Amino acid sequence: MAPLLSVKDLSIGFGKDDSVVRDVSFDVAAGETLALVGESGSGKTVTCRAVLRILPKAAQIRTGSIQFNDGAGSKELVHLPERDMRDLRGNQIAMIFQEPMRSLSPLHRIGNQVAEVLWLHGRKSEAEAKKEVLACFERVGFPDPERTYSSYPFELSGGMRQRAMIAMAMVAKPKLLIADEPTTALDVTTQAQVLGLMKELQRDTGMAMILVTHDLGVVANMAEKVVVMHKGRVMEAGAAEPLLSAPAHPYTKALIEAAPKIPAAAAPTDVPAQQDLILELNSVSKTYSMRAGKGWKAPSLIYACRGVDLHLPRGKTLAIVGESGSGKTTAARIALGAEPPDQGGEVLFRATAGADPIEVHEMDRTARTAFQREAQMVFQDPYSSLSPRMRILDTMIEPLEIHDIGDRAERREKAGAMLQMVGLGQDMLMRYPHAFSGGQRQRLSIARALMLDPSLLVCDEPTSALDVSVQEQILRLLEQIRDQKQLSYLFISHDLAVVARIADEVAVMRRGLVVEQASPETLFHNPQHPYTKALIAAQPEPDIHRPINLQLVAQGAGSPEDWPEHFRFSGFEAPPLVPLEPGHKVRCHV
Amino acid sequence: MTQLPDGRFVDDAPYDPQASLLELERKDLDAPNWVLIWRKFKTHKLGLISGAFLLICYLLLPVVGFIAPYGPNQRMSEHLYSPPQSINFFHEGEFIGPFIYPMTSEADLETFQWVFKPDYDTPLKLEFFCEAKGYNIAGLIPSNTHLFCAPEGATLFLWGSDRLGRDIFSRILYGAQLSLTVGLIGISVSFVLGIFFGSVAGYFGGKIDWVINRVIEVLRSLPELPLWLALSAAVPSNWSPVAVFFIISVILGILDWPGLARSVRAKFLSLREEEYVRAAEMMGASSGRVIRKHLIPNFMSHLIASATLSIPAMILGETALSFLGLGLRAPAVSWGVMLNDAQNLASIEIYPWTAIPMLPIVVIVLAFNFFGDGLRDSLDPYQQ
Repeated sequence: MAPLLSVKDLSIGFGKDDSVVRDVSFDVAAGETLALVGESGSGKTVTCRAVLRILPKAAQIRTGSIQFNDGAGSKELVHLPERDMRDLRGNQIAMIFQEPMRSLSPLHRIGNQVAEVLWLHGRKSEAEAKKEVLACFERVGFPDPERTYSSYPFELSGGMRQRAMIAMAMVAKPKLLIADEPTTALDVTTQAQVLGLMKELQRDTGMAMILVTHDLGVVANMAEKVVVMHKGRVMEAGAAEPLLSAPAHPYTKALIEAAPKIPAAAAPTDVPAQQDLILELNSVSKTYSMRAGKGWKAPSLIYACRGVDLHLPRGKTLAIVGESGSGKTTAARIALGAEPPDQGGEVLFRATAGADPIEVHEMDRTARTAFQREAQMVFQDPYSSLSPRMRILDTMIEPLEIHDIGDRAERREKAGAMLQMVGLGQDMLMRYPHAFSGGQRQRLSIARALMLDPSLLVCDEPTSALDVSVQEQILRLLEQIRDQKQLSYLFISHDLAVVARIADEVAVMRRGLVVEQASPETLFHNPQHPYTKALIAAQPEPDIHRPINLQLVAQGAGSPEDWPEHFRFSGFEAPPLVPLEPGHKVRCHV
Repeated sequence: MTQLPDGRFVDDAPYDPQASLLELERKDLDAPNWVLIWRKFKTHKLGLISGAFLLICYLLLPVVGFIAPYGPNQRMSEHLYSPPQSINFFHEGEFIGPFIYPMTSEADLETFQWVFKPDYDTPLKLEFFCEAKGYNIAGLIPSNTHLFCAPEGATLFLWGSDRLGRDIFSRILYGAQLSLTVGLIGISVSFVLGIFFGSVAGYFGGKIDWVINRVIEVLRSLPELPLWLALSAAVPSNWSPVAVFFIISVILGILDWPGLARSVRAKFLSLREEEYVRAAEMMGASSGRVIRKHLIPNFMSHLIASATLSIPAMILGETALSFLGLGLRAPAVSWGVMLNDAQNLASIEIYPWTAIPMLPIVVIVLAFNFFGDGLRDSLDPYQQ
């Protein structure tokens, strides 16, 4: 039988430049999942957009054919007239985009947006369409389909919006679903649930799926066939099982190597009691008040952090892990003095071993300047953390200028030395940031943070915007620098597996509370809290024999009211953080 | 491509696992910002042509006296409302170089109008690099050489003459000196005010922001034309034309800044969230430094584009004021002042060429709009 979709020798290029996609071929049979894997710039998105012919204006399909076989005969999508193409889109071939926050129109109700697909393809009366949409909403897991139908996108969370997008793609019962990084913007636990949903839907409807992703862990959980792309070319293609367990191409091997790994079990180590703490957060809380929508109501309070106690020993790495909105970034900002904590909380900082602690939030101007030299931050987004108008040199020496250290020649020399330290060349000093790749930029921003020779570095999700292989390199670099310069890190991440390799201690946060705190080995091999268990279970791994345990995920990622009795709480009545064994604290009722 | 026994395809082109870290990903973007903007602007043909045209116009301003055959207020009392004359090359099928037919004026005693008749028998050649009425180059160096002037005993009114017998072509050139610069001075005033208030409001926020925003709203709610009228009516009538001109441009600038301040403020608010600004703050940079080093350079190009787009409004504003007789006054010459003569519908009907000064206004305003549009399109050169 002819495959549902057959792409042959596809080449796509922009303008007069070289092709960005070269000689890509793959087949998708009905009911099958094909994963297009690659890093950013590998041409995977362009390839799948070419199938729907929604390429940017400047792009042209240069050679190749895309055959779509819907059972009634095959169509050549490259030359199909625009009108026929329109009948196909959404109806036979549907697409889910990466950014759930931006792919729904903010002005229309969710129900109408989803039903539009049915109206466009002219099959349904309004009542019938609504009925179908409601059924679809129920299917994708909305607890109250009626309400979802008449709500606006901003009322839903990211995961729910992605569900709405899936509903939109599924409602016309397409034969082929193209999902372009459908879960990249979501938290790990949400990602696991969305992936589970997509798999279930596929099993029920028998549609084929092209899954575009950079994450081999997702591939292992979802796909039967894999196409690995790199710089517009197919590196390796074939069935998922042999490809993931015995990769033949060095690039595939490198990708699998780079995926974050769960550390091997280790005996719980006795944490030495003495500690030379560089940073100490004592019962730090932060409450924001949000003006209520109605003027006469009292403003509602949002508890970003509640009673956070964290201790960072000198030369060690303390990681805070949690989903978006868990308060991890707030905690880091408070630690750096960018925001004051609520009454009663204090942040202590010791610049050198045995020095008197200074209170970060009670500093005068000179003490603050001194503190800023000691504590620096590495930001999340490498594309916005370097000013596009400044040469690398100017960006690098800016901290020295602010603190008035050295003369021009010395500053320059130091900038060159730092660039070499992070693995870049001296000649890059005179360049501009937009010429660099994401990984190079992140190196630059690490180098900038090191210019003042700080003793504490706060890394706010430094790798979450990077490709897996680059992430690996950056983590290695951070470890190397830590050991070389005796730095202490406060490392913020949403990814437990990333943290596992670099951290000495991990605090898992959820809704402003630290729910479990231990060394990464303990956390992975003896997790106690349901949320930690969910985080670990949700972690997709490039191992086809370790599927995501959705039940664990659902249980832990739910609201605290649904946790097992031992851990359950509602509202403000959280149980205390209890030490279970040395160096392992869990928030539970004893 | 090789196929493995289990059906897998593997690329056999050599693969370099350690793609060099030292290699630039986007070699094409390795240039300062203005180079990137220029590269993109070059592809915007209409903007490029308009930009070149405007550049030439401004470069010619100091030397208009050389191009104009007459002075701005030079009267030929014999030739009131003379129609445009054409420059010819062939007389009775014979090429004799650029020449004109002299005009003779005659009073028509039935309609009480001057009737102008070209004398087709005596072609008079144009004179080049001739000496005529004196003028100052750039207002400083006296000179009396003109590019071309009328032959002895004839007149040269390329675009006709007005009710006092002054050459409209020469007056348009002299008028450009004021009409084109009024926009620049006005925009500088509004630029300074707009950047100052906009950045203060956007950076500090809170109460200051509130106050500045309310002031902007009040200023914007005032009806523009009456306000112009009131302000320019307040200019003492005994001031010299130059002082009046200066005050008019300042007035235009003062009324224009709120728009600019708003866009500056909006840009500030979005740029403040950029991580490089937060990074600078965390390093301990003072607010002044953050504004100077990070914020202003990053939105300057946007400002220049929006300023370019608001120069036409200034030019039109000056024209409107002068047209109503409240802006510049004779003996100053500007396009608005010239159009003042064309207020009378009857005179436009009989002497249509008195409305010719509208032409340069339209052309200049369009050119600024195209130019500004091209600039705006090329401001974000990073994505391609």
